[in-house]
Amino acid sequence: MTAALVLTQVLNGLQLGVLLFLLAAGLTLVFGIMDFVNLAHGSLYMVGAYLAAATASATGSFLLGALVAVPGTMLIGIVVDRIALSGLYRRDHLDQVLATFGLVLFFNEAVRIVWGPSPLYFETPQWLSGTVELFGFGYAAYRLAIIVVGLAVAAFLAWLIHGTRVGMLIRAGASNAPIVSALGVDIRRLNMLIFGLGAGLAGLAGLMAGPIFSVQSGMGETILIQTLVVIIVGGIGSIRGAFLAALIVGVVDTLGRVFLPIWMARAMEPAIAQAAGPALASMLIYLLMAGVLAFRPAGLFPVRG
Amino acid sequence: MRFTRNRLAAVLVAAALCAPVVAAAQLKIGFMGELSGPQGPLGQDQYDALMLLIEQNGGRLGGVPVQVLREDSQLKPDVANQIVERLIDKERVPIITGVTFSNVMMAVHKKITEKGVFLIGSNAGPSPIAGAQCSPYFFSTSWENGQQAEVVGKYMSDKGFKRVMTIAPNYQSGKDTVGGFKRYYANAPIGELWPALNTQDFSAEIAQIAAAQPEAVFAFLPGGLGINFIKQWNQAGMRGKIPLMTSSTTDGIGLPAMGDAALGVISGTFWGPDLANPANQKFVRDFEARYKRIPSQYAAQSYDAAQLLDSALRKVGGKVDDKPAFMAALKAADFKSVRGSFRYNTNQFPIQDFHMFEAVKDGQGRMTLKTIATPLREDKDAYFDKCPMK
Repeated sequence: MTAALVLTQVLNGLQLGVLLFLLAAGLTLVFGIMDFVNLAHGSLYMVGAYLAAATASATGSFLLGALVAVPGTMLIGIVVDRIALSGLYRRDHLDQVLATFGLVLFFNEAVRIVWGPSPLYFETPQWLSGTVELFGFGYAAYRLAIIVVGLAVAAFLAWLIHGTRVGMLIRAGASNAPIVSALGVDIRRLNMLIFGLGAGLAGLAGLMAGPIFSVQSGMGETILIQTLVVIIVGGIGSIRGAFLAALIVGVVDTLGRVFLPIWMARAMEPAIAQAAGPALASMLIYLLMAGVLAFRPAGLFPVRG
Repeated sequence: MRFTRNRLAAVLVAAALCAPVVAAAQLKIGFMGELSGPQGPLGQDQYDALMLLIEQNGGRLGGVPVQVLREDSQLKPDVANQIVERLIDKERVPIITGVTFSNVMMAVHKKITEKGVFLIGSNAGPSPIAGAQCSPYFFSTSWENGQQAEVVGKYMSDKGFKRVMTIAPNYQSGKDTVGGFKRYYANAPIGELWPALNTQDFSAEIAQIAAAQPEAVFAFLPGGLGINFIKQWNQAGMRGKIPLMTSSTTDGIGLPAMGDAALGVISGTFWGPDLANPANQKFVRDFEARYKRIPSQYAAQSYDAAQLLDSALRKVGGKVDDKPAFMAALKAADFKSVRGSFRYNTNQFPIQDFHMFEAVKDGQGRMTLKTIATPLREDKDAYFDKCPMK
């Protein structure tokens, strides 16, 4: 267990964390402000990855892929919101879960019809494909780029939320949406803006994840579950909470998967450790969530209301 | 408008009159596989290869006109059970083929064979049905699950690798596969990694491998897991540094999505598109011409299932009702397999060679597999002596 291994894993944890943050930011705002449970958020992430992979493969340019994927996903998100979801805002959560789960199935089949059943080819751009020497060990340049993009988005959102009038409305909406509406703010436009912003960020997450993960139908579900853990741990509706919780979840998951089996192998029979270690490690973030729910039900960094 | 409706009615009446006549002359065969979802491409290759031979024969197998009922089991054992009930009780099919995943196979194997319906498995080969639960109505044209890992274990022993790590998802097939690997690998692995089955990011595992510096790595990461792992392995700069040997990972389905990231990765199985026998060369050429892609091993297995049925139906003149005769005809396996040598063991799994392949680019720049070694010849699976059939 060398220092280099620990450092690499911390970076890996941060990289997973910022990727989760890109998804959690949109999900937590939609949940917190619009009181809307959107299971199809992972599908937007998948659509972003498909748009990026298809464009990048056709043109050979990662940047063109980005230019199509992010606005394209935002547009698709807004259209879906207007057509299918806006009528459900006032319905109860079960109806929303049913409808957005239907959308998950719809999108999974839609990408199969458009792009075929096989996973899409999507490689890292040439200028990010190598490794970077950091503290004496090599780290994948593309993963560093994900961390940089994630932190830049976090800084942008911090400015948007705390430095602009729109951000003030978003904050107000998160703590008390009916009052904001009663004060004469066009909540409909605010909702559309929030939904579009969330969809765009999901598209960006899909774009960044495409070269490291398999671009295939159903890729959104796995990450959606982790994203839900993030917004519950962070406190629903809180961007700051989503950011910090995403980093915590990312680091806990990554470090747990590496070091828990090693520690357990020292403490108990190798056979038991080998069976229990990986199983416990993959449960770690859910145990974390259960702990947070037990002791801080509003999340670690709730919206001040 | 009226004219159109009348004509439509006439067509319907004609179809209704014709249908029973056609059905009576045709032999119904059920095809069941995973045709949707992330694992859909596997079942699609199985289906396409089966239909390729039937199309080439003008809709016949062994001279008998056949009708294939295509069913998607959706990787759900309960759905598969309902399909099997419908195929057997309502459609009265005497033969079912396909079956992509082992959990689906375990759910339907007993149900099908106990009713005296022939099951030609063209992919999944869980160890119980090769061993104690074997059935005279089941014939495999693939392998027992462990064999594709055993060949890699043998190869790595032959190469003299002493310090080896393994990585496989933490579920039953993962355990079985690594078990198969260890049966044929001379030393004990210095480390075993067991990521969860839904793992997307293997950075934690790759960093552990980098830290442990083994001489080689054995990976069993089927489907999307493998695509994720191979991409991330390449990005971490590990490709070319530590030899990566796989089973069911860099297969014909995953390679196009992995692209250059998979170059040089070694894998073990029974078949590759470059095997130099005339039956295989014809199959690969025809499949590419028909479907515009290189066939995967899943297509090869299913093409052999079609050839097996073709040969056996010809022998019995299409009379599948004479079950002992049809069983003997299947057991004879009197056809030119795309893998070369093929004969049935007592448990009705093939006795066959296993090869090692390297992921390379072909003349058109597409990813494909090149044979580099044949560590196991005339190999029998490890469970046949537990099967009561002799």
